[in-house]
Amino acid sequence: MAHFTEATSVKDWLNQRLAIEKVEKVMASEYWIPKNINFLWAMGMVLAITFALLLVSGIFLLMYYQPDVRTAFYSVNYTIMRDVDFGWLWRHVHGVAASVVFLVIYIHMFTGIYYGSYKKGREMIWISGMLLFVTFSAEAFSGYMLPWGQMSYWAGMVITNIFSLGGLHLDGLVEWIRGDYVPAQAFLTRFFMLHVLLLPLAIMGLIGLHFATLRIPHVNNQDGEEIDFDAESKKYLAGDKAGSKVMRFANDFMSKDLMVVGFYLIFFFYLVFFQYGFALDPVNFDPADGLKTPAHIYPEWYFLWSYEILRPFSVNIGLIAFGFAQVIFMLLPFLDRSPNAIPASRRGAFSVWFWALLIDMIVLTAMGKLPPEGIFSTIGLVAALAFIVLWIALPFITMNEKKA
Amino acid sequence: MGKAFGAVAGVGAVGSLVAMKKSWDPLPSVKAAGFTTLDMSIYPEGELITEKWRGKPIFVLKKTAAMIAKQTESQKARDIVVGDAHFMLAIGLCTHLGCIPAYIPAEESFLCACHGGQFNWAGEVTKVPPPRAFDIPPFKIEGTKLVLGEVGPEYQKMKDSGITL
Ligand code: HEM
Ligand code: FES
Repeated sequence: MAHFTEATSVKDWLNQRLAIEKVEKVMASEYWIPKNINFLWAMGMVLAITFALLLVSGIFLLMYYQPDVRTAFYSVNYTIMRDVDFGWLWRHVHGVAASVVFLVIYIHMFTGIYYGSYKKGREMIWISGMLLFVTFSAEAFSGYMLPWGQMSYWAGMVITNIFSLGGLHLDGLVEWIRGDYVPAQAFLTRFFMLHVLLLPLAIMGLIGLHFATLRIPHVNNQDGEEIDFDAESKKYLAGDKAGSKVMRFANDFMSKDLMVVGFYLIFFFYLVFFQYGFALDPVNFDPADGLKTPAHIYPEWYFLWSYEILRPFSVNIGLIAFGFAQVIFMLLPFLDRSPNAIPASRRGAFSVWFWALLIDMIVLTAMGKLPPEGIFSTIGLVAALAFIVLWIALPFITMNEKKA
Repeated sequence: MGKAFGAVAGVGAVGSLVAMKKSWDPLPSVKAAGFTTLDMSIYPEGELITEKWRGKPIFVLKKTAAMIAKQTESQKARDIVVGDAHFMLAIGLCTHLGCIPAYIPAEESFLCACHGGQFNWAGEVTKVPPPRAFDIPPFKIEGTKLVLGEVGPEYQKMKDSGITL
C-alpha cells in the first residue's frame, strides 16, 4: 500500500491522494507551446468557450422546452421567448452560438490546412477534429428540429430521406430513423434525446480525445519548424526564457488565448443583442405543416456548400458527390503526399490549391442560398465539379513537391 | 476462458442491439392508422386537390377532356379510372428528397422549390434531380370510392409493371 503522511496543507493532502501537482504540470505549466504562433492558434480555445456557452444556454432552454409536436413550437416561441424572464437571452445565445461555432470551426480547419498541421505525427489531431465536425453537424441538425417550425419539419423530411440512398430505395430505413412514415412525435422525441444527451456526451468525449492527440506532437507553429520540445523546455526551466522557443501553456499562452477570447466575446454578445436575426430563420416562425412546403428551403449557412454539391446532379450521382464531400476532409493527411509541413505560401502548387478550395467553398455556399435557376444552377454545377476535381488532384499536386 | 467470456459478451451485445433496433421501429399505433377513403365523385376537373394519408399529402387531379385526349401510352398506364372519370392520383412528395412540389395551373405542371425538380400534369419528371415519376399510393377502387392503403387489382398491376414503387 502507498504510504501517506500527515498532511501539511489542503494542497498537500490532495497531492498525496491525487498527485495534483504532477497533473497540473503535465496539463498546464509544463505543457509547452511554441512562441512562434499567431491569433489563429486561439481558435481552439474560442471553440471550447463557445461550446460552454451552448451547454449553459441549452440547460436553461431545457427547463421550459417541451418535446411534444403539439406544444414544442409554443414552448419555444411563446413560453421561452415571452414568458420566461430572460428566456430570449438563452435562446439568442444558443442560436447565435450554434451558428458562430461553425464559422470558428471553418477558420480553425483552414488554419490547420494552411500551416500543414495535419502531418508528421499530427494526423490524429486532424482526424479527431473532423469527428468533432461531424458530431457538431449532427448536433446542430438535431437542435434545428426542436422548435418544430416549418424549416424544422422540412429539413427533417429532406435530410432523413437522404438515407433512402437514392436508387437503393431504403424507405424502410428512413421510416425506421423517423419511427413513422413522416417526421412526427417519435421523430421529435428521439432527436430531442440525441440533441440534449447522446450527441453532447459524444462531443465532450471527442473534445477530450482532441486534446489528448495534441499532447505528444504539440501544436505546430507559423514556420512548420520542428522544435525539440525537450531541449527548449530545459532551456526555459534553466532560466533562459527569452532564448527558448517555447512558453508554458498556463499561464503564459492562456493569457494570450484569453485576450483573443475577450475580443471574440465582445463580438459574440454584439451579435446576441443586436444582430441575432441571422441565426433564427423567419420561415421557422411558422409552425410545422406536413401539407405545405415553404417556397424555398435551404439549410443553415454552414451546410450550404455540401448541399450545393448534392443539388445540381441527378439523385444517385448527387448522393455520391455529397458522400464524397462528407468524408474527403477526413482523408486529407493521407491525400497530401508531400513531406513538407510548412505554410501553404511556401509550397508552390499547394498554395494555389489551398486558395482555390477556399474560394470554391465560398462560391458553393453563395450558390446554395440562391434558388436553383438559370445561371446560378450552372455556377453551382461548375463549383461542385471543381470541388471534386481539386480533391482528386491533391495527391498528384503534392507528390511532385520538392522537399523544402 | 477468453473465448467463454467473448461468447457471453457477444450474445449480450447482439441481444442489446436487437432491442435497440426494435425500440426505434414505428409503433403499432402508427402502423395501424394507415387507411383513408376518398369519395372520387366530388372532385372538380383540372384543379389540384390535396388529401392526406399517413401524414403525407396525396395529390388528386381530375383530368380534363383535353388532357385525356393527349395522353401518351406511359401516361395512360398511370391513369386511374373511377367510373368514367380519369385521375392523376399520387403521393405529393417529390421523389428526390420529399418536398411538396407546387402545382402551376397555367403550365399544367409541378415545380419543386427544393432543388428545382419539375413534373408534368400526369406526374412524370420533366426536369431532374427527381429520379422517377410521383409514387402512387396503394389504392383499391370500391364503386365511386377509393381506399388508400389497401391494395386493389389496378394498383397491383401498376406495381408489377414497375410504374410505381
Ligand atoms: C454542441 C453544440 C450545440 C449546438 C451546435 C446546438 C445547436 C442548436 C440549434 C441550431 C438549435 C435551434 C435553435 C433555435 O431555433 O433556437 C438548438 C436548440 C436547442 N438546444 Fe442546442 N446545440 C448545442 C448544444 C446543446 C446542449 C449541450 C443542450 C442541452 C443540454 C442543448 C439544448 C437545446 C434545446 C433545449 C433547444 C431547443 C430550444 C430552442 O430551439 O430554442 N443544446 N440547439
Ligand atoms: S426534393 Fe424536390 S427537387 Fe429535391
